[in-house]
Amino acid sequence: MKPYLRDKIPQSLSEIPDAPSYEAGYLVTKNAGWRNVRPVINLDKCVGCLQCYLYCPDGVIFKENGKVGIDYNFCKGCGICRKICKTGAIEMEAEK
Amino acid sequence: MALNAKSLNEEEYFYGHKACAGCGGSLAVRIALKVLGEKAVAVLPAGCMSAVGFNFPQLCFSNNAIISTFAGTASMLTGIEAGLRAQGITDFHAVGFAGDGGTADIGLQALSGAIDRNDNILYICYDNEAYMNTGIQKSSLTPFGAKTTTTPAGKNIHGNLRPKKNMFEIVAAHDIPYAATASVGYMNDFMNKLEKASRIQGTKYIHVIAPCPTGWGVETDSTVEIAKEVVDCGLWYLAEYENGGYTLNYKPKEFTDVREYLQKQGRFRHLSDNYIEIIKDSRDKKWEKINQNWRIK
Repeated sequence: MKPYLRDKIPQSLSEIPDAPSYEAGYLVTKNAGWRNVRPVINLDKCVGCLQCYLYCPDGVIFKENGKVGIDYNFCKGCGICRKICKTGAIEMEAEK
Repeated sequence: MALNAKSLNEEEYFYGHKACAGCGGSLAVRIALKVLGEKAVAVLPAGCMSAVGFNFPQLCFSNNAIISTFAGTASMLTGIEAGLRAQGITDFHAVGFAGDGGTADIGLQALSGAIDRNDNILYICYDNEAYMNTGIQKSSLTPFGAKTTTTPAGKNIHGNLRPKKNMFEIVAAHDIPYAATASVGYMNDFMNKLEKASRIQGTKYIHVIAPCPTGWGVETDSTVEIAKEVVDCGLWYLAEYENGGYTLNYKPKEFTDVREYLQKQGRFRHLSDNYIEIIKDSRDKKWEKINQNWRIK
């Protein structure tokens, strides 16, 4: 299972479990706001070699129809994917 | 079949974490968990990966994961392995992810003890070459000449005075069933070492170089490139230890320029020519021994 965003965010003490453990893969915040540039994939140039998917530290690049897609909720815009792409299919665009 | 980008498990088990952009450590953990799968029980001591993975209620591991004491990664792995075995559970991997400080400084005796008992655990040291989580203090895996906040570069002292501790051979000297070095710049090599380690009984140790853009003073998009270059210039090597012998997995035909590797990084930029020569000499001495004593693949 991939960790995913939940609707419920514990707010009060009573909602916090007594035992020092909690549900795995429980995400309550995105990382999108960290980014000032975003990778954009040119699907015409993408050959689906998956190197960007392999080397993404955040795992936000996923396989899609033989090529790749990006989960912008969690991409931090580091740019590793752009550098690793041999066909130059990824460009970094400024966030507005 | 050898693991690669196409055959790797598509599921993500370490996601939404708060590591800096371009973090090499998080890349190592992410890939390791993809190779080991959902039944991996991860132990993380104090360090970057526990700081970025467990921000209650945000929990970025979807497998079982627990924070250990700083010194106790290996002993907690021992306990988890014994506990699950006692319950009759067999299809799991007890895996630890400790940084260079948590491995070579603070967690060394617990690791040594676990190897001595030959507990069936996998210990992964993600080596970003300083205590990055607390603000870049020198560890014993910080290389010679590197500038950190505790080994500043000034007029008289030029960064770290001591060489990087040889953790791989210290571990191997225990006659461990399997030890390996890796780099996040050579992912196929790393993945296949993880896969191999997961099939071996007893204690396994993998030491993976995981650059830290923040601490090394490189751009966030350079992590993978610099992790490749450290191998190509000969300051790190991809090797394995098993059945009492060392094997070098990859021998660069010709080393790339050490100076170029160093000067790309803020932490080495102060180094003068004579220091670069010292680093080059120590590299050549190391490779002389490697060429003499190790099996070369």
